[in-house]
Amino acid sequence: MFDFTEEQIQRYSRHILLQDVGVEGQEKIQNAKVLVVGAGGLGAPVSLYLAAAGIGRIGIVDADVVDLSNLQRQVIHFTKDVGVPKVESAKEKILAINPDVKVDTYREFLYSANALDIIKEYDFVVDGTDNFPVKFLINDACVMAGKPFSHGGILRFNGQTFTHLPGTACYRCFFKEPPPAGAVPTCSQAGVLGAIAGMLGTIQAAEVLKYFTGVGQLLTNRLLIFDAKTMQFRTIPVKHRPTCEICGEHPTIDHLIDYEQPTCELKKHKKS
Amino acid sequence: MAKIIVNGEAKEVQLPLTLSELIKQNNVSQPEMVSVQVNEDFVDRTEWPDIQIKEGDAVDFLYFMGGGM
Repeated sequence: MFDFTEEQIQRYSRHILLQDVGVEGQEKIQNAKVLVVGAGGLGAPVSLYLAAAGIGRIGIVDADVVDLSNLQRQVIHFTKDVGVPKVESAKEKILAINPDVKVDTYREFLYSANALDIIKEYDFVVDGTDNFPVKFLINDACVMAGKPFSHGGILRFNGQTFTHLPGTACYRCFFKEPPPAGAVPTCSQAGVLGAIAGMLGTIQAAEVLKYFTGVGQLLTNRLLIFDAKTMQFRTIPVKHRPTCEICGEHPTIDHLIDYEQPTCELKKHKKS
Repeated sequence: MAKIIVNGEAKEVQLPLTLSELIKQNNVSQPEMVSVQVNEDFVDRTEWPDIQIKEGDAVDFLYFMGGGM
């Protein structure tokens, strides 16, 4: 049943005009429930575009408050929001863009004890986190729960993303396990060009909209990588690995794992 | 010399050559921060020293990218 108001038809007219989307596609978008983990560099553009697109329900998980150093790329947060919980700041902007959206906020870290409970409420999960323990947790929880998700990672001038649907390659199929914590440069240690977050986050948002409308080919069994220095984009074929520890024929992981978090060294760079 | 493809680009290498040696030649500064595929198959890092590169192999280094916030 298409029960859009005149105002909604006007708001979503550029979607409805698309032959591949139409009123039917827009209704699917409106019925969709998406969980965005991390209201940061990736979560910001993802949430803004999903809200603008009319996704019916958006859940946001983030335990942090807005820091001045976030504003260079986390475009959902404004200068006035410094010190405000990120989930509250994000919710305010989402509702300002589109009051049709229902927003759930989770001001907490995603970890083994709450991941499955939170994820089960949603149809699709977007990884906008900044560390490997949570990226692997999202992967494992989504595989266990049979939920599709979009993986996203950025570093310096580079980005990578792929989409997982049940049965297609998961993060562990081609990355197996987190790198040793001491070896890992995070954004706070290595830096990131702010616009990279927008480039990758909007790709993730497009994947979400493609998933719900059934348009085109998702980034399944393909890892998209780009280097903004050369503006070269590449998709590398990746495969479901039968020996995968979580989605293979004989999975060896039967519970969610909280890997050791690399310590944030941001404070060392601050002027004393 | 053997023709292989590394990260989508054609290269010529001297055989014999193990995957570990190829990783070194490609200046992967932090091998613990890459995952490697040969001919689109994941290769566990414990096997890198034993894998012999062959003519026509396509090798991809997938870099761990943990940022997002």
